[in-house]
Amino acid sequence: MCTTCGCASGETRIEGQAVGHEHEHQHGDGTRHSHPHDHEHEHGHGTAHEHHHHGHDHGHSHGDGQGHWHQHEDGTWHSHSHDDQAHAHGEADLDYGSGAARAHAPGLSQARMVQIEQDILAKNNQYAAANRQRLAETAILALNLVSSPGSGKTTLLTRTLEALKAELPLAVIEGDQETAFDAERIRATGVPALQINTGKGCHLDAHMVGHALEKLPLPEGGVLFIENVGNLVCPAAFDLGEAAKVAILSVTEGADKPLKYPDMFHAARLMLINKTDLLPYVQFDVDQAIAYARRVNPRLEVLTLSATTGEGFDAWLDWLRQRLAEVKGARIRQLEAELAKLKGA
Amino acid sequence: MHEMSLAEGVLQLVEDTARREGARRVKTVVLEIGTLASVEVEALRFCFDAVTRGSLAEGAALEIHPVQGAGWCLPCGATIPLEERYGICPRCGSCQVQPTAGTEMRVKEIEID
Repeated sequence: MCTTCGCASGETRIEGQAVGHEHEHQHGDGTRHSHPHDHEHEHGHGTAHEHHHHGHDHGHSHGDGQGHWHQHEDGTWHSHSHDDQAHAHGEADLDYGSGAARAHAPGLSQARMVQIEQDILAKNNQYAAANRQRLAETAILALNLVSSPGSGKTTLLTRTLEALKAELPLAVIEGDQETAFDAERIRATGVPALQINTGKGCHLDAHMVGHALEKLPLPEGGVLFIENVGNLVCPAAFDLGEAAKVAILSVTEGADKPLKYPDMFHAARLMLINKTDLLPYVQFDVDQAIAYARRVNPRLEVLTLSATTGEGFDAWLDWLRQRLAEVKGARIRQLEAELAKLKGA
Repeated sequence: MHEMSLAEGVLQLVEDTARREGARRVKTVVLEIGTLASVEVEALRFCFDAVTRGSLAEGAALEIHPVQGAGWCLPCGATIPLEERYGICPRCGSCQVQPTAGTEMRVKEIEID
C-alpha cells in the first residue's frame, strides 16, 4: 500500500459494480491471458478459473488453440480495446519467435538480461491517448478537476452545471474512494453523472475513465468534467486524456499549498481560487498564493471566484467557452482536411 | 507518491516481457528513478515485494539506479544541477527552470532465467 495515501488497486467500482483491472486466468495448457474488463465467456478446459461478471459476452474456444483470433499456446498475452472485442496485439506478438535470441528450448534456458527501457506509467499513458482521441473525435472538452478534499469542487461543479446546462451538452465523471453521494448531487442538476469508486485507490487512472466513457452518454460538442479524488499528490502523475487539469485551491487552505504540493500546480493549466466570499474571515493572501503557484508553474492561469455567491463566475464560464471553442475548432479543421483530401482524391 | 500503482506498472512491464521471452522466472529488475520524480524508493521496494508475490517476479532483486536532477534556465540559458523539482537558478535567481533530467521513472532491463 502507498505509504503516502494508502492507495492500492483491486477495489475499483463504477456505480457500484466491480471493475476488474486486468484480470488474469490460466488455462489447462498452462497459458495465461488477461482481460482488462469483466465479461463472460465459455472455456472448454479442464481447469477451473475465476471470472468477474460481465457487461458483454464473447464466445471463444481455447480448447486446442484453434478457431480463435489468436493462439495462447505460445504463452503470449492479449488485450482488449475499450471499444470492441477485437483483440489488439501488442508488439509482444509481432516479434515473437523471430530472431535467434527468442528461440528457446525447454530446459536449456539460461539467465540473460532483456532490455525494456519503458516508462513505468506507459500503460496508463496508452489508455489516456485512446481517451484523448475519442474525446477529440467527439469535440468534447474534458477537464480534470483536482484539489484537496473540502476545497468546494462539487459545489463549484453544480453551480457551473446549472449555469451552462441550457447552453451546452454536459456530463460528469465523479471519482471518490467511497459512496455515490457526489454523483447524486450532480444528477440533481439534471446532468448525467457516473460515479467511480476507487476503493483503496487514491486517484483516477485512464483505464477507469475509459470504461466510464463507454457507459456515460457522451456530451458531443460540450464539456466533460472529471472530478478527481480529493488528493493533491497522486492525480498529478496520471494523465486521463483530459485537455487540461484545473486545480482548485480554497481560501480556507494555506496560501503556501502550491509550494507544498508543487507537482499538481505544475501539471495544472488553470488554478481556481475558490470561496472568495470567506476572504474577510481568513488569513489568506491571494497575491502570495498566486506568486507561489507561478513559482512552480510560470504559465499557470489564475481565476478567483466563489461557488457560493457566484462572484467571479462569469470569467470562469468564459474560460470554459474559450477552451471548448478551441476543441471544436481543432475538430472542424481536422474534418475539413479529411473532406478536402476526399474531394481531391 | 502512489508507489503501489507504480509497482503494479513495473510488474506489468516485467511480466509482459518475461512471458514474451519465455522466461521461467525473473531474477533481477532494474529501474531508473530520477531524484526529482517524487518517488519514495523504500516505499516502492516494499510495494514491489507485495505485488510480485505469486508472479514470475516473486523474489526478484530490485535494483534502483538514481538519475541526478538537472535543469535548463529559461531566462539565462544555463544548464544547472537540480536538487528539487522547482529549484531556483544559482546564476540568475530565476525559478523558470525546466527540468531536463531526474524526472524519469523507467523499467530499464530485467534478468531472466
